[in-house]
Amino acid sequence: MTGDPNAPVKFRYEITFAKEGALRFCGQLDLQRTFERAIRRAKLPLAYSQGFHPHPKLNLGAALPLGIISRCEVADVWLEQPVPPADILQALQAASPEGLRILAAQPADTHTPALQTRIASAEYQIHWHPEDKPLDLEGRVETLLAQAEIIRQRRKKTYNLRPLIEEMEVHPGSESEPQLFLRVCLQPGKTGRPDEVLRAMGLDPYQPDIIRTAFHLKPDPAEETD
Amino acid sequence: MNRSELERKLNRVLPTVQKPGRYTGGEFNQVLKDWDATRLHAVLAFPDIYDLGMSNLGITILLDILNRQDDMLAERVFAPWSDMETAMRANDIPLYALESKRPLAEFDLLGFSLPYETIYTNALNMLDLARIPLRSVDRGNADPVVVAGGHATFNPEPMAPFFDAFVIGEGEDAILEVAEAVRDWKGSSRPREELLIELAGIPGIYVPALYAAAYNTDGTLATLQPTTPQVPERILKRIVGTLPPPPQQLLVPFVDVTHNRVPIEIMRGCTRGCRFCHAGMINRPVRERPVEEILTSIERLLDQTGYEEVGLLSLSSSDYSHILELVKGVNERFAGRHVNISLPSLRIESFSVELMDLLKQNSNRGGFTLAPEAATERMRAIINKPVSTEQLLETAREIYSRGWHTIKLYFMIGHPDETLEDVQAIADLCKAVLREGQEQIGKRASVLAGVGTFIPKPHTPFQWVPADMPEMITAKQDLLRRELRGKGLKFNWTSPDETMLEALLSRGDRRLSEVIFRAWERGAKFDAWREHFSAENWLAACEEVGLDPEFYVHRERGEEERLPWDHIDIGVRKKFLLEDYRMSKAGEIRPDCRSHCYACGILPKFNQLRRENPGPAWSCPDVPQKRATP
Repeated sequence: MTGDPNAPVKFRYEITFAKEGALRFCGQLDLQRTFERAIRRAKLPLAYSQGFHPHPKLNLGAALPLGIISRCEVADVWLEQPVPPADILQALQAASPEGLRILAAQPADTHTPALQTRIASAEYQIHWHPEDKPLDLEGRVETLLAQAEIIRQRRKKTYNLRPLIEEMEVHPGSESEPQLFLRVCLQPGKTGRPDEVLRAMGLDPYQPDIIRTAFHLKPDPAEETD
Repeated sequence: MNRSELERKLNRVLPTVQKPGRYTGGEFNQVLKDWDATRLHAVLAFPDIYDLGMSNLGITILLDILNRQDDMLAERVFAPWSDMETAMRANDIPLYALESKRPLAEFDLLGFSLPYETIYTNALNMLDLARIPLRSVDRGNADPVVVAGGHATFNPEPMAPFFDAFVIGEGEDAILEVAEAVRDWKGSSRPREELLIELAGIPGIYVPALYAAAYNTDGTLATLQPTTPQVPERILKRIVGTLPPPPQQLLVPFVDVTHNRVPIEIMRGCTRGCRFCHAGMINRPVRERPVEEILTSIERLLDQTGYEEVGLLSLSSSDYSHILELVKGVNERFAGRHVNISLPSLRIESFSVELMDLLKQNSNRGGFTLAPEAATERMRAIINKPVSTEQLLETAREIYSRGWHTIKLYFMIGHPDETLEDVQAIADLCKAVLREGQEQIGKRASVLAGVGTFIPKPHTPFQWVPADMPEMITAKQDLLRRELRGKGLKFNWTSPDETMLEALLSRGDRRLSEVIFRAWERGAKFDAWREHFSAENWLAACEEVGLDPEFYVHRERGEEERLPWDHIDIGVRKKFLLEDYRMSKAGEIRPDCRSHCYACGILPKFNQLRRENPGPAWSCPDVPQKRATP
């Protein structure tokens, strides 16, 4: 993305996908490689950077902690030729491993910053297996939210988790319903992790299924929001 | 425990271990067949971590073969790293197959790949994690049939009590015959012993329980005899007449494994006859794959996997008869696909540099690897790898001038009759190579010297030779460490203790199995990993069992002595190996057998197979067709 006027035209797409099944245990670098290979198998004309060591022009969104499921991940993909989004969707889905489910593909403006840089916060749904459902979830949430500060430590740095929690609510528990809804800030240097929230409530973060369900974007002043 | 229960446990455990993608299965192209619709359930095990096991071509080939049978299914399992093992034991999770998540104990056939000896304890550990009795004699009709194959099993004795059968040699055909026998026996209520005798009747299959060893008073082996007349005295290795086509299906792992690539074997075997080389002796004869088959397979597998690298594999790539045609073909077909082609095991000559240069657009210019193995003319004659220093320097010059910055040089110390002068010559040679580089490209030039330690392996001309003494190895490594210092030089070596263990395990007899068992009990596992290896466990185990490691490792074996692996027939005659050993002592070279057949023994042993696969399919001379009898 240099200002070189002779640079060949590239075509940009925003691809939404779910990361689930075995893939929930796939780290960000591995996911990048998995996605790249799916694109190659799908024979989509992936664009590469110029230079001695060409890199595929493919960026994945906000890293997901290992074990967390997502139904709203976003990939920023550049192609050498335009491809109808429906064809991208179909070809990519056929070439993807189980657990990588392609949900949508749409053309993106080549000049706007990548979607992942505009993320403000993320929503999560947390489900427990009926046998594991924690006692007094409502009480725990209430106690947590009542604190003015929740000091946590991560990678030897202390931070306050409380302001990163934007919304949190217990839903009536049934097996198909989400049992805990959570919205946390997801910006560089201000990352609220759902596993940390569970730990702060004294719960085992690895017991429930944690599912990232949506991103909230920062308002874009250059664009009208829906 | 049912599958959903296991998966729930795994979901909890996996986020707490390193690289959890090793334990999930579900990779692209994974084959998950219907359990109830198949009659034989096999699981192939590689007793080291996933990262290494998924890069093992043998497992890939056999998995593909078994899964192509309608009534068979084959799954995978690898050794869990210690963090996962701890979690599995703590949470009562038995070792399971990656595809179906079924416990190993539910399968009919469990096949281990044993490419090297330092994974023996891992194999025991996996059986233990799978809750399968460790010893063949303790297993009943309900337990899986446990077999092993791979390079290390050409001396099966140290692991004899733990396996029901060994597949000696190439597994492509044999695995199906074993699987069929197990399939037909399963559920037949015939005793397990009957199956074992049946397996022993399959060519290339060794059933150790049907043989008994007796020892002389000096501790050497006296006899190793069948205990029943139904089995052969010697087990001739199995080979395929023509290399079967490369695998139809290749898995694409999520995690970054050791080799992330399409592996294509271009040739099997080697005609060079380096005397230290186990692979060179046991993989005879040389069989090549046709160029077109290689190119078509690469294309298909790249399309199918999306890999960004192809490995053209053989023991000596430059010796592939159509190497230039192949490299040009690869260039033409895969230009612009952002694919790297790796062509390892090249000979030390400028032609190799030309080949790599042709692959320039498809290869990264990291390092160029050469394996001179020794640095003096005398030593090169002893090991039968004649490459002149002049030729090496000329090749190095060529490499640096064509844009590579690093040359990796592989040597071995501890060769028979090696002196400190021979070792000093290694250092001098590395520096001479570096000087060539500095003249060509200045300060960017570097040399990486990887110096392994020679282990006298079974079935090689050096099988009678003692391994070098640890104090000598240390002195030699100290010398190299002192000498190979400074800008542009890097030196890698192997620990003398680990070398001693590998020598012990590869040269052992059946009695050594008790040492392996006791060492495992003491916690030995991942012996090939520096962070896990403990010499103390092994020394203590030897002491407990009352075996002296010196007897196996540092004793010169008599030419008349019965060696623990003599009942395994690699096709090459023992007399031939002995003749070659004597030539080595006399400093005589035996040139490449492509130009002249030295009658190593392969042709008489496999003459029928050669007749069925005449002409350029093998590097050996043709054998006359038998006249049809009227």
